[in-house]
Amino acid sequence: MTLLLVLPIVIPLLTAAVTLLAHGSPRTQRTVPVAGALGLLVAGVLLLWTVERQGILVLQLGNWPAPFGITLVADLFSALMVAVTGLIGAAVAVYSLVAIDETRERFGYHPLLHALLASVCGAFLTGDLFNLYVWFEVMLMASFVLLALGGGRPQIEGAMKYVTLNLVASAFFLAAVGILYGAAGSLNMADLAVKLENGSAPGVTTVVAMLFLVAFGIKAGVFPLFFWLPASYHTPPVVISALFAGLLTKVGVYALIRVFTLLFVHDVGYTHTLILVIAGLTMITGVLGAVSQNDFRRILSFHIVSQIGYMVMGLGLFTRLALAGSVFYIVHHIIVKTNLFLVSGVVDRLRGTLQLSSLGGLYESRPLLAGLFLVPALSLAGLPPFSGFFAKLALIHAGFEAEQYLIVGVALAVGLLTLVSMMKIWAEAFWKPLPPDAPETPVQGGLSLMVGPIAVLATFTVLIGLGAGPLFEISMRAADQLMDREGYIRAVLGDGS
Amino acid sequence: MNSLILRTAVRALQPVLLLYSFFLLVAGHNQPGGGFVGGLIAAAALALYAIAYDAASARTLAIVDPRTTIGVGLLLALISGLLPLLAGLPLMTGLWASVPLAGNTKLALGSPILFDIGVYLVVIGMTLLMVLSLVED
Amino acid sequence: MELLLAVVVGGLYAGGIYLMLRRSIVKIIFGLALLGHAANLLIFTSAGLTRGRAPLIPVSGSVAGGTLADPLPQAVILTAIVISFGVVAFALVLFRRGWQAAETDDPDVLRITET
Repeated sequence: MTLLLVLPIVIPLLTAAVTLLAHGSPRTQRTVPVAGALGLLVAGVLLLWTVERQGILVLQLGNWPAPFGITLVADLFSALMVAVTGLIGAAVAVYSLVAIDETRERFGYHPLLHALLASVCGAFLTGDLFNLYVWFEVMLMASFVLLALGGGRPQIEGAMKYVTLNLVASAFFLAAVGILYGAAGSLNMADLAVKLENGSAPGVTTVVAMLFLVAFGIKAGVFPLFFWLPASYHTPPVVISALFAGLLTKVGVYALIRVFTLLFVHDVGYTHTLILVIAGLTMITGVLGAVSQNDFRRILSFHIVSQIGYMVMGLGLFTRLALAGSVFYIVHHIIVKTNLFLVSGVVDRLRGTLQLSSLGGLYESRPLLAGLFLVPALSLAGLPPFSGFFAKLALIHAGFEAEQYLIVGVALAVGLLTLVSMMKIWAEAFWKPLPPDAPETPVQGGLSLMVGPIAVLATFTVLIGLGAGPLFEISMRAADQLMDREGYIRAVLGDGS
Repeated sequence: MNSLILRTAVRALQPVLLLYSFFLLVAGHNQPGGGFVGGLIAAAALALYAIAYDAASARTLAIVDPRTTIGVGLLLALISGLLPLLAGLPLMTGLWASVPLAGNTKLALGSPILFDIGVYLVVIGMTLLMVLSLVED
Repeated sequence: MELLLAVVVGGLYAGGIYLMLRRSIVKIIFGLALLGHAANLLIFTSAGLTRGRAPLIPVSGSVAGGTLADPLPQAVILTAIVISFGVVAFALVLFRRGWQAAETDDPDVLRITET
């Protein structure tokens, strides 16, 4: 059974290695990545199924007992994340067959994509803080190269900003790990949880907690650390933006939730209130940025920021229902956000531009695509019966329970503004007639391979909306596991502790 | 760069560097060294060649494409990690075998060396890829 | 010794941040490298310094006795050095491309991705 814990890391790495070796044969280079991504999806679903039935899975790498070796841990939250990563990986791998040009393929697009997937899964599954750092860096390196690959000046400029700010985040992360090790003498998260609880210096712990908040906050793109995101996410090919938008910031959110539920719960009144304030400001700045933009992808980029606010809000409220809402929100958001970016890729291919002023008439010429845009767009804004409605409902309900009315008001207002900017895209790109001075339509082809993944992801959005019960129940149980620190510690360190 | 002194020096240094990189790789298990440092020195040898002569001849000297080197290295490291699964042990457990040599000496051969060779190859490939992309434009 | 290292760490952080705030993309890379070194030394210092006691088990025994240097921070630092080598090398390639594309060393000019 523990084999399932390593498969989500081994399968993408194996795929990357084989694809690298096959750099002379374009056909192998295109079939192997798709097969690998589907394999990852299957492994992720199997992992989720097993964890759901058997509880937390733990593997001690290299047969070194915890806390001395590196531990891999899969609780429901990690397993859910890995399964969704598999889904996004598969969608993106198929979409890339058409959307990625030969030059990028020759420079190693597919191996990099899979290295990225492996590191994302690694970050979700590790139970060791320094190992988390290593996975973050692998992820960073793969994403740097993907972001800059084969690009002109805008892409390189975006990548430079991304690299610089993310490296600063890494320096913070590393410093935090160092101080924490000096204070507690361990890097295994379960062991740290025990040692911090019995620790005598809560002041140092709070300082370290703030360092982690900054480090993961930059990665997650929370206020006021998100500036790299809207400066870089709209520059690479759309499919790369879609992958980044879906997965990368969510790894930051995952890390925030993990350390602020397992390690830093000694002073919830201070740390989690701060997180709640940050969540509110993130929502507001993100959505205001989005409303002021006039480019399809830039609007979507700013919306990543505002949506991160919702996920962090659940952590800030720090109740069982709120955490369940966050988990549900992350799953919903990864699918919806990737899908919206993928739709913008099809629009770009059809019209050759993403400037809203030069777009139009897509509802008339492509009604199916328009429908496929509406599903994730309305879900993002939180309209019933789509997945976003239930995600927001849970969070708002939790906000009322915790009597944090201000954040509830902010969340509702931001939802409304989200709807406004989604409707702006709808009205400009799909509804209004094509402007007469629109640029020539470039050559089309292979659209079915692009629309296919979009349709699958949209189906998931609808299914999660219509059958919200089962997923919400899993989210509740994931939240239970997050709140039950003893259970996690016992699973990793054994009953003796 | 067109420097006769550098070219002559590189010719003399090349075998020494490569030999030393191999020594570091093998000595790495319980002495200073290992796949990473060894790989860096081998890559430095090739990079020096690319600077003294040109990128094309460095590619010829490296025999295989850097991407293949990375791929093989990654594969070897993965295999060394997966081998213990066959023996029913958790991933990445070190497996050791004792190979008797002439006389009374024995050679302890373990799966970590396979991992180190993988790292060695990945480092050579990655460094070469970056250096060549700088030299070539 | 701790005090000396603490001062060095502080100096490295100060230098790194100062370089990153200069208007030059080359200095940003130097600044990033210094920040990495500072973080590594910080790990080394905060984990506690033990002099001249390598954590090795003697050939004759099976347990190493006495106070020994902690090997874990050293392993952590080694890994971090390897990673920062890779990242900084890539950043160099990227920033060189950026310099070629924009023909400037001034980060304030690199704003075509902003509105």
